[in-house]
Amino acid sequence: MTALHLEFDVAGNNFVSAGSASDEVKKTLKMLGVDPAFVRKVAIAMYEGEINMVIHAGGGKAVVDIFPDRIVIVLEDHGPGIPDIELAMKDGYSTAPDAVRDLGFGAGMGLPNMKKYTDSMNIESTVGEGTTVTMVVNFAR
Amino acid sequence: MKIKRIVELLDATVYCGEDMMDVDLHSACASDMMSDVLAFVKDQALLISGLCNPQVIRTADMMDIKCIALVRGKRPTEDMIEIAKGKGIALISSGHRMYSACGTLYAEGLQPGEITV
Ligand SMILES: Nc1ncnc2c1ncn2[C@@H]1O[C@H](COP(=O)(O)OP(=O)(O)OP(=O)(O)O)[C@@H](O)[C@H]1O
Ligand SMILES: [Mg+2]
Repeated sequence: MTALHLEFDVAGNNFVSAGSASDEVKKTLKMLGVDPAFVRKVAIAMYEGEINMVIHAGGGKAVVDIFPDRIVIVLEDHGPGIPDIELAMKDGYSTAPDAVRDLGFGAGMGLPNMKKYTDSMNIESTVGEGTTVTMVVNFAR
Repeated sequence: MKIKRIVELLDATVYCGEDMMDVDLHSACASDMMSDVLAFVKDQALLISGLCNPQVIRTADMMDIKCIALVRGKRPTEDMIEIAKGKGIALISSGHRMYSACGTLYAEGLQPGEITV
């Protein structure tokens, strides 16, 4: 298996297409024969990140590199940015409006969940400029 | 518990997955919050939800959930049915309220399964 590079545009505020990038990545990993336990971790982490871009940042871009032993996911947006990353990482912290909660999201569990399911996660964010989340999941046991 | 038994117990309408009626499910979870499903659910095969939008199907797919039972008579949209079909997820809808749907299946032996906290 050689390295595979995938890029997706994630549309903001579109609740029908939200998750389709994660869906493609999940399908690709399955096709490549990656262990289902790792596929699930990647799927959950990327989906949470994708939904965040849709609901908090007006969309963005997902860049995914799949190597034989790991996957690197970069989610980049030009949304409002996160003023206090440490606070945003706390279980239950959410600024999601009620409209988002009515859609089944906004419990403040996404970022902690992304951290839990990845081997490394890094958030870079500048208020007014945007946010870049980089996640790595190793496939090797 | 076979999906067809769930359909029978919940008096549900099948919107897709007619060919999955003999699939055996061993555990279930129930939530209207997809955030919670993503954060706490581990290996449940059935998702019972009163939320009715495409993200219910996507969330279920990410969690490898095989069947979704909508409650309170929620009717899935065409978008939802299309996504579910493509994912091989059975999508059913019941007039039961959440509490009654869960109680009925629980009483018949469908287990809550494991969750992670
Ligand atoms: N890409 C982003 N751009 C701007 N703000 C963000 C972004 N991602 C997260 N945030 C901020 O961090 C908070 C916490 O995010 P987290 O994903 O943990 O929770 P949530 O999205 O509000 O709810 P949930 O993920 O449980 O549906 C958000 O409410 C939002 O304020
Ligand atoms: Mg989130």
